[in-house]
Amino acid sequence: MAEFTTLRDAVSDLVPDGVSVAMEGFTHLIPFAAGHEVIRQGKQDLTLIRMTPDLIYDQLIGMGCAKKLVFSWGGNPGVGSLHRFRDAVENGVPRPLEIEEHSHAGMATRYAAGASGLPFGILRGYKGSDLVQYTTVAAIACPFTGEEVAAVPALNPDVTIIHAQQADRAGNVGLWGITGVQREAALAAKTVIVTVEEVVDELDRSGPNHVMLPHWTVTAIAPVPGGSHPSYSLGYSKRDNRFYTEWDRISRDPDTFRKWVEAFILDQEDFSGYLRMVQDASAREEVLGG
Amino acid sequence: MAEGPAHTADEMMTVTAARHLQDGQVCFVGIGLPSEAANLARLTHAPNVVLIYESGTIGTTPDVLPLSIGDGELAETADLVVSVPEVFAYWLQAGRVDVGFLSAAQIDRFGNLNTTVIGGYEEPDVRLPGAGGAPEIASSAREVIVMLRHRRRAFVPEVDFVTSVGFGRRGEGRAGHRGAGPTVVITDLGVLEPDPATYELRLAAVHPGVDVDQVRAETGWDLRISEDLSVTDPPSPDELEVLRALKARTEAAHAG
Repeated sequence: MAEFTTLRDAVSDLVPDGVSVAMEGFTHLIPFAAGHEVIRQGKQDLTLIRMTPDLIYDQLIGMGCAKKLVFSWGGNPGVGSLHRFRDAVENGVPRPLEIEEHSHAGMATRYAAGASGLPFGILRGYKGSDLVQYTTVAAIACPFTGEEVAAVPALNPDVTIIHAQQADRAGNVGLWGITGVQREAALAAKTVIVTVEEVVDELDRSGPNHVMLPHWTVTAIAPVPGGSHPSYSLGYSKRDNRFYTEWDRISRDPDTFRKWVEAFILDQEDFSGYLRMVQDASAREEVLGG
Repeated sequence: MAEGPAHTADEMMTVTAARHLQDGQVCFVGIGLPSEAANLARLTHAPNVVLIYESGTIGTTPDVLPLSIGDGELAETADLVVSVPEVFAYWLQAGRVDVGFLSAAQIDRFGNLNTTVIGGYEEPDVRLPGAGGAPEIASSAREVIVMLRHRRRAFVPEVDFVTSVGFGRRGEGRAGHRGAGPTVVITDLGVLEPDPATYELRLAAVHPGVDVDQVRAETGWDLRISEDLSVTDPPSPDELEVLRALKARTEAAHAG
């Protein structure tokens, strides 16, 4: 049963140190506010799960919150490297990071198996790829035809966190546009936290497909307007492509990165403070040196 | 004729790649160069090409090029948007994709692609982004078009890591895969195609003004040259105009 709460309480009550957390959203609806709150509360030893670590996990990894990363594509889309992720893998900075990597199709299959209550999922994949030697995948034969396919273990995060456009007062979650892997990630998890742009009296009921997750599959809901920035929430905000480009400069050097996190995340009460800061060119210049 | 080059090497590469897409084909598109080429095709000779991005947007017709595979523009102009598990399972894996467009940090003589690490896996010199959708695109699309800039550090005898298989480390071929693999590699210097007997990539065409020695110098193995080596047609005024307008719109949109 979904309980309405604040993001601060949800993270403090439901995300203890050492758990596995999936913060999903495929480019669209990335739950950045939740990532910031986890950093603010100084959570440690997390196993972070996400198809595309993106800036949200670059921030968490750079602050040393993660001991392990499970992922399938770790770049800054259209821009280049995730520098904090690279520094952790290449140099163990700020701490060594264990990695378990898959292909997108493999990760999607793992979440779907987790949501289905199955021990593993199957796909036609990985064939001829060196990934086979380094990750959790096994070849199995179809019991009916003998065809060889790949098996990958189910993913069942302790906690899944997503951002959605709306929840109604009963806690039903409305999410539309690029829906990514959110339903699978949520149904695969033991605990589900959803941040939303707004709480409405009634979701759009013009068709039966508007509820992404019914209230009885969700643990906690916290309203965080703008909570996906610099990702976006279709119908509410646009992707801040300029910020994604600028992240390259913010994150390249560990000291500049640290200064940015202190000013934009740690010194802020909550995500609304961050949203004011990113609108403020002088705050940006102070960190980046003009 | 005006002085100086009428087009850049990158423009020649994009135009050449766009020409390889046929009208009506279903194309699974990666971000960056492939996205530019696929949309150029759609805006010129192939208005009915169906573009699929791995974010689940199917039949999308963006007015500007997306920076990421999931920009709002892609969802808003798509025929349908499906979940990520669905786009890989029902659409790619099931064999509904004619052409997969891929790029890489390294490619070897047998068309294997590396987007994972430079150096060893456990202690990499450079950690690259990783697999994304590429291994299954490489395996399941009916054919694969590879696009990347022709540099010696990218065209290596053997890739450090096979992320996505072409014809295998020793050129074994495509047994066990549904798709034909990389049928063409398009660079800013020319076009390479696999030898039908040995699967080794050989130079099939050079772009105007490029000589074979230059291509050899930028290739890390002893590059064989096709007996019917041709010279690519330069970009037409129409191709260049549409490409430049698309890039100008994109730049203006992303600066905003």
